[in-house]
Amino acid sequence: MGRYIPETLSEQEAMLKDIGYSSIDDLYSMVPEKVRLKGLNIPEGKSEMEVLEDMKEIADHNTVFRSIFRGAGVYAHHIPAIVKTITSKEEFVTAYTPYQAEISQGVLQSIFEYQTQICELTGLDVSNASVYDGAVAAAEAIFMTLERNKDEILVSDTIDPETLAVIRTYCESRSVKVTLLQNKDHLTDIEEVKKNLNERTAGLYIESPNFYGLIEDIEAFAALMHENKARIIEGCDPVSLALYKAPGEMDVDIAVGEGQQLGLPMGFGGPYLGFMSCKKELMRKLPGRIVGETTDHEGRRAFVLTLQAREQHIRREKASSNICSNEALCAMTASVYLAAMGPKGMEKLALSCYSNSHYLAEKLNELGFRRTDEGEFFDEFLTSSPVDPFVLEEKLAEKKILSGLPVKEGILWCATELNTREKIDELIAAIREVM
Amino acid sequence: MKLLFERSVKGRGSDILPDITTGTYKPEGKYLRQSRMHLPEISEVDLGRHYTQLMKQTHGVNDGFYPLGSCTMKYNPRVDEETASLPSFTQIHPLQPLSTVQGCMEVLYKAEKLLCEITGMDAMTFEPAAGAHGEYTGLLLIRKYHQDRNDSERVNIIVPDSAHGTNPASAAMAGFKVVNIPSNDRGGVDLDALRAAVGKDTAGLMLTNPNTLGLFDPNILEITKIVHEAGGLCYYDGANLNAIMGRVRPGDMGFDCVHLNLHKTFATPHGGGGPGSGPVGCKDFLKKFLPCHMVEERDEFYYFADPEKSMGQVRSFYGNFLVVVKALTYILTLGKKGIPEASGKAVLNANYMMHQLKDHYHVAYDQICMHEFVLGLDDLKKKTGVSAMDIAKGSLDYGIHPPTMYFPLIVHEALMFEPAETESRETIDEAVKIYLDLYEKAHSDPEYLHNAPHHCPIGRPDDVKAAREPVLKYEFND
Amino acid sequence: MFKNPEELKYTKTHEWVKEEDGLYVVGLTDFAQDALGDIVFVNLPSVGDPVTAGEAFSDVESVKAVSDVFSPVTGVVAEVNEAIVDDPASVNSDCYGSWLIKVADVTGTEELLDAKAYEEVCANEA
Repeated sequence: MGRYIPETLSEQEAMLKDIGYSSIDDLYSMVPEKVRLKGLNIPEGKSEMEVLEDMKEIADHNTVFRSIFRGAGVYAHHIPAIVKTITSKEEFVTAYTPYQAEISQGVLQSIFEYQTQICELTGLDVSNASVYDGAVAAAEAIFMTLERNKDEILVSDTIDPETLAVIRTYCESRSVKVTLLQNKDHLTDIEEVKKNLNERTAGLYIESPNFYGLIEDIEAFAALMHENKARIIEGCDPVSLALYKAPGEMDVDIAVGEGQQLGLPMGFGGPYLGFMSCKKELMRKLPGRIVGETTDHEGRRAFVLTLQAREQHIRREKASSNICSNEALCAMTASVYLAAMGPKGMEKLALSCYSNSHYLAEKLNELGFRRTDEGEFFDEFLTSSPVDPFVLEEKLAEKKILSGLPVKEGILWCATELNTREKIDELIAAIREVM
Repeated sequence: MKLLFERSVKGRGSDILPDITTGTYKPEGKYLRQSRMHLPEISEVDLGRHYTQLMKQTHGVNDGFYPLGSCTMKYNPRVDEETASLPSFTQIHPLQPLSTVQGCMEVLYKAEKLLCEITGMDAMTFEPAAGAHGEYTGLLLIRKYHQDRNDSERVNIIVPDSAHGTNPASAAMAGFKVVNIPSNDRGGVDLDALRAAVGKDTAGLMLTNPNTLGLFDPNILEITKIVHEAGGLCYYDGANLNAIMGRVRPGDMGFDCVHLNLHKTFATPHGGGGPGSGPVGCKDFLKKFLPCHMVEERDEFYYFADPEKSMGQVRSFYGNFLVVVKALTYILTLGKKGIPEASGKAVLNANYMMHQLKDHYHVAYDQICMHEFVLGLDDLKKKTGVSAMDIAKGSLDYGIHPPTMYFPLIVHEALMFEPAETESRETIDEAVKIYLDLYEKAHSDPEYLHNAPHHCPIGRPDDVKAAREPVLKYEFND
Repeated sequence: MFKNPEELKYTKTHEWVKEEDGLYVVGLTDFAQDALGDIVFVNLPSVGDPVTAGEAFSDVESVKAVSDVFSPVTGVVAEVNEAIVDDPASVNSDCYGSWLIKVADVTGTEELLDAKAYEEVCANEA
């Protein structure tokens, strides 16, 4: 059995004796006799070597694909070696939330740097220190738009279904009415927005690129919402922001998104990172931790958790969100990633995703996988399928290639910088074999 | 310390990505970005050194004693990090075909079974990403349960005044009204106040036991009975489970649902404020309301199933999966004897430390404690002017992370100590000596403590300035 | 020891109120600002919001606490003092000059105390 308690049992007995008890069980005298556990019904503990072997065996029941053409919210990217080196430093991994600023300047500064980078990416004024994931970020952003007489939200049906599911749960518990807007050719339909706007509308949640990979005309929606004294929240893809207009350039009020692409492994769904930024006027409605710059008594620059009176540990039931722990280490990962890539690296990354996916679309088209939409796309697109998508998925899996995602309307394909010409040509050859 | 942006020099940086090989596809038109993105331009070596400096200004669990009450800052085993870094866990897309993710499914399935046994629950979801997220999910279970019975009157969640701040905040977020009840003179639930508070409008009670004073409530069976008889459900806040795991189970104490903090009790690291994991367990009768994606097994094949009346999702996919890998590794390592041994030693450490401090410092509730205890420094402050904050800041100069300060709210000038089981006797003895020194210092040189710390990278920061004139990002000149 | 100007009326919850050109001006007392410590933000209602005597209409934040501010009167918010949003410190330095809101259409009031009676309230709480 592995154990992490320094003392032997006899040493523990000596400690007990020092404080006047004869057994550890005596310390549990307040626990009613009838509910004291006689023994846990779980396996005996194991040595480190055995546990590592067992876990490796479990992990081996997964298939690691050599080549991944699937996105749908989670994307395979190259992670620079320096990112893992830095973020596995023990101090960063094991520290608690930096409430004690004097011994936490490292973590606090890294969050301040992260906040700055998120503001730069999104072109907005204020960022928080992260929330659980992109879907929760969207739900929290919706709560930010609510006002006393505005408790309804419009949501485009072109958004990621995972995000929609979370929005529905969150809104239902707070009695916020969600109106789902029907798309037109997989783009949000402005007529549909107009039709559903009313004086109780607090805002619109829309994603660009949307679930189908298409770029939405955010500026038009922003103008419409503001004319109607409502807010617009854009769910955005952080990689695409190196190429496409930033939310701040389009008068978006709140930008949110999934930060997994910024140096985090896919990890079967997590941990990920929800980023949130907003216009300055909404600063005090932003949930979660925020780091600010100040000075210490000698005038030295110092970073602290600030605007804390917004938060649950002070405001309790009146807090606008209950969030406490967030995804600090993931935020640091994103920050290191963005620094390692730099502005040119991010641009190259975005262009690679764009170019590779457009090449993929062209090659697939030659095989009869026709794009179903006409709109502009970034790195994901939807096609019809001349073969059963699930048969295709299975056959390609045998070659350790993960196909596009079979969805109701066809197949949703994705290519990133990892899907080079060579990898795409290999995929195309493999599909030819299947057909 | 310079910021990343202050180290940036135009044109620097390393080539991480190859040149594009797929031709000359380029976007154009009205959707393209116009504004510049100020990201740092920095060489790899400078980037590495930047973070090494930041690392040196960060206090991790291995930098010294970390008795932060209610946070269970135990040692984070290295092997747990190693298993969670296996490429066949990290490189798995959450939307792969089921037959290619059987290993991940097995992790979730096994972790669920083990944690259900430890908590006395029948099912568990790993979707919640942190403790507060778990609270929210657990409360939605309670909400769904009452809705399903068409009982729309039950809108109140009862929360003792000693509760963690997340409890009332989560209840409000889940659409409930919060009814605060006072604690009794031993820091436990006041049974009369509870009896007076329950009724047809009671949806449930949120409780942590041991409570935030580190005391096990001996009336626990009576408490859960009162709530059940009134038609409410009992929610267990697992923040303090480290005191009792393997010794008594929330399920046996009458709780209907629980959340756990894997980043406390099950040794996964805190990461400077996350990622955590806040799984929620429940009894059979609540299972049908759990979030989607429950893992089930048939003929040695694992698959996802959505509960019949599922609340939907509270997070994308299946939660912070890699954190669950770490916790599973930990549980498999400790096993049936190691789990109760860990809780027992945590309780021993707390009593051992409290015993040595109580002749000088005032212990808020002087009785056997569980894994943590609370000092009230009200008298010290009146006598010397030295506050709980001053003592806490003083301890920083000795390389000790301060205990939790000014919590729970019901104790004035509170300092809450939780010396987790992985701390040795020598470490605690040294810490006790330091706190006794600080006690002396409070009498001999209070001014020195008002100005503490003296040997940290910065002195006390100006929190008022930070909040009055918020500077929340770096401002670029160009 | 706390300044409580004679010409104002007070509530037991430490707000002051005075009638001025048909409007009721509301602010925080010296006792309140002292108890709160350094005020970092004041959450004000919007013009047009209804307020009810004895119910919270605002809250004020210090670094580590937040406290409700209760309305001494029932009516409708006619003006809010935007200046204190930019300079919350002025509530500490000049609590009787830094009013929070002005209320119109007043239909009722809380039990209001004169300076002397309010002084006793302060003395009992100190």
